[in-house]
Amino acid sequence: MQRYIVHRLLQGLVLLFMVATIVFFLGRLTGNPVDLMLPEEATAEDRQAMIQALGLDGSVYEQFVIFITNAFRGDLGMSIRMRQPAVDAFFDRLPNTLAIIPWALLMAMAIGIPLGVVAALNRGNFIDRLAGGIGVLGIAMPSFWLGIILIFVFSVELGWLPSGRMGGPEHYVLPVITLGAFLVAGFMRLIRSSMLEVMESEFVKLARIKGLSEWVVIWKHCLRNALIPVLTLWGVFVGNLITGAIVTETVFAWPGVGRLTYEAVIYRDFPLLQAVIILKAILILSINLLVDILYAYVDPRIRLS
Amino acid sequence: MRRAPWIPIVIISTMLAMALFAPLLAPYSPIDQTLRDKLLPPFWMEGGSTKYLLGTDGFGRDILSRLIYGARVSLLVAVLALTAGGGIGLTIGILAGYLGGMIDNVLMRLVDAAFTFPAILFALLLAVTMGQGMATLVIAISLLLWASFARVIRGEVLALKQRDFVALAKVRGCSSLRIMATHILPNVLNTFMVLVTLNIGVVIVAEASLSFLGAGIPPPTPTWGLMISEGRGRIASAWWVALIPGIAITLLVLSVNLFGDWLRDRLDPRLRQL
Repeated sequence: MQRYIVHRLLQGLVLLFMVATIVFFLGRLTGNPVDLMLPEEATAEDRQAMIQALGLDGSVYEQFVIFITNAFRGDLGMSIRMRQPAVDAFFDRLPNTLAIIPWALLMAMAIGIPLGVVAALNRGNFIDRLAGGIGVLGIAMPSFWLGIILIFVFSVELGWLPSGRMGGPEHYVLPVITLGAFLVAGFMRLIRSSMLEVMESEFVKLARIKGLSEWVVIWKHCLRNALIPVLTLWGVFVGNLITGAIVTETVFAWPGVGRLTYEAVIYRDFPLLQAVIILKAILILSINLLVDILYAYVDPRIRLS
Repeated sequence: MRRAPWIPIVIISTMLAMALFAPLLAPYSPIDQTLRDKLLPPFWMEGGSTKYLLGTDGFGRDILSRLIYGARVSLLVAVLALTAGGGIGLTIGILAGYLGGMIDNVLMRLVDAAFTFPAILFALLLAVTMGQGMATLVIAISLLLWASFARVIRGEVLALKQRDFVALAKVRGCSSLRIMATHILPNVLNTFMVLVTLNIGVVIVAEASLSFLGAGIPPPTPTWGLMISEGRGRIASAWWVALIPGIAITLLVLSVNLFGDWLRDRLDPRLRQL
């Protein structure tokens, strides 16, 4: 088990190093990164100071070493627009994103899982096709557009819910639906195909022969096993949530890290964007690592293979 | 055998025609502004007229014309990104699957990494460092595609490798390169085509999302994502500006996916779980 954890940890570090390397070289792709990192009204002295600080008068290799060392110290540069360390800007906003993500996940599971099971039970008939239709629609509808429709219907026309910004519980409803809908279709499809596979297996037949009620067989024996592949795809879902949060928070003016990413793009705030990407990579990798370890703990087959 | 999905085929053909013959079909220029006529509603609403069938946006541009020209961008990006990203994925999949060993190991680690880390973040970074434009957009979306292509194609190749005709080619002294090009490649093309169709929708939504986030083709070129983004702030007074292009995206992606499902069942039913 320890070997497994060390192995996975090293893998994560390599990946993080790759991300940092790509970010670094993309920043230098267009010539002088100082132009990307300083505000337009910067003076010649500002430029010189930054060139010194980043070692830009040295070779690319030296610059890279400085970049990585600074990153290790938690210094990912200053945001141009907010005039504060980019890392601080990220952590100021992170709690706001974490405030909607669990609800969106919960919603996606509460709808996606039963829908997938019911679709699998009714394979090929009308209900299956209806569930399939919802799944396809969920993929076809860009989530930013869904968000705008929700605002149009529930805020503009009906006036029931606020159209954006953070606030009381009523402010959470539309963003959570938008972000959750992003995942429902994926959950449903996955559970459906995984259920179909499990329902064919020997132990399910045995459970039936034992005379267990159909309800117990389906919702306990089958679903539990059908959830395993969903867990292994956890990493993809975390990535999806992070992507979905960018769009959702932009539509609803939600002051989280997704909106921060959008602002970094719109205002061409390169240091902020670079920090956001590296910090999100750390976040994604740590969550993945944590889940993998838990998973290996629960299921010995994983850590032995 | 399922019936051919006629409604999706008609919708896809219409959009294709819109993209190909945009200058002939569009009643107005998609860029010229007529500020006097701004924010006119579609013809069926009060205040709307048949002069602008789908109304106008905040700059007095004809939404129908922008929609028609926008189909061009969406489909062009889809073709280019699927060629680039799909091609890279196809090559990597064949190399990893056929050569195996160390190469397979390294390439598949890269694929895993690509699945873990959302490509859209790199796409945004590219837009900021390289500047917005068609090339940036195509590279960005290719990043999003290659890994899933590589993974599925590799799986196919692993199975093909065990077949007799490959063993025979080896006995006859064919080089690895030759086997991959003449024996493996033709046999994964069906799967490749299915993957291409199933991913058209992914590309269109990605393009729209990037445009919406300010990282797509820069204005004033009309793209559907940008149109939604421009109409977003006027949703209370002029909903049609944002909602109409969204309908176009949803309809097209829905049609392409239904068509892709059908094609998959026809060409390669084993791919059902995709």
